[in-house]
Amino acid sequence: MKFGVVVFPGTWSDRDCGRVVTEVLGAELEYLWHQEKDLKDCDCIILPGGFSYGDHLRCGAIARFSPVMDSVVRFAAHGGLVWGICNGFQVLCETGLLPGALIRNDVCEFRCQWTHLVVERDDILFTSTLRRGEVIKIPISHGEGNYFADAATLSRLEQNNQVVFRYAQPDGHVVPAANPNGSIHNIAGIVNREGNVLGMMPHPERCAEPELGGTDGLRLFKSVLEAFAELVV
Amino acid sequence: MVKLKAQVVVMLKPVVNDPQGLTVRAGLHRLGFEEVEEVRVGKFIEITVTAADEAEGRRQVSEMCRKLLANHVIEDVRFQVEAVADREQAGAARTE
Repeated sequence: MKFGVVVFPGTWSDRDCGRVVTEVLGAELEYLWHQEKDLKDCDCIILPGGFSYGDHLRCGAIARFSPVMDSVVRFAAHGGLVWGICNGFQVLCETGLLPGALIRNDVCEFRCQWTHLVVERDDILFTSTLRRGEVIKIPISHGEGNYFADAATLSRLEQNNQVVFRYAQPDGHVVPAANPNGSIHNIAGIVNREGNVLGMMPHPERCAEPELGGTDGLRLFKSVLEAFAELVV
Repeated sequence: MVKLKAQVVVMLKPVVNDPQGLTVRAGLHRLGFEEVEEVRVGKFIEITVTAADEAEGRRQVSEMCRKLLANHVIEDVRFQVEAVADREQAGAARTE
């Protein structure tokens, strides 16, 4: 299968994602420049972390008007896999592919640290090798990762089981103390109702090799690869 | 055609927590302004547009607010427009 990593001006995690795909996972990779409309037959599009367009106006606000995003929106509408990480999650919310918004961390600080996430969905491709209820360790690195949705949207998200990851203690308890940024309901990642568009603030590409202090991030990449292989067969 | 200046104010909705505002409020309290009850931090955007008339200019700016300037999930937006004064136009021309 082939991963496509979108590169906006100001994206910084594109090479990290690319390295995981080619060097660690051994899958095919295309970098997709923001001005291109052609998704080059990629099977999973990654919107990586960074500061697209300098985060001007709002994080992800300008990126959503890039030519490549028109194609990504169409791709997602046809069931294509779209995976937004950090700034990519912000872009997905601005685009409307995912509900809610990401606002400034409640602590008013940029937070760069390990977090523990409890996995709430194991029936989507992105988490096919994980188990519901297990805890994974993935770092965050953001100043605006405070997930917000109004009461009606939040209740829809919860009813439809669209929360995939929540910030938790190492033992899996979801408590305010485990919340690094003020996200409502400790939300770290959500998926659309169809299950093909995932947005998450933590960075799985930064913990895909033992030298980086953990490999839980690689399990997400492997999940996509393995689940996709089964789909095709 | 008229040249208009729009002044757009974007504020977080009242239901959205504003950590920037809380931090500024804490700073004001530390400076001795204990009477400060609430601070909300927003954005101020000035846009100069040319339009057929003021109504058309307002329509354009309203569209800009809807499509880009505010995220309606978290923000409220309001704006006012005024004709750009002749003297200001002349000044801008000299600068160019």
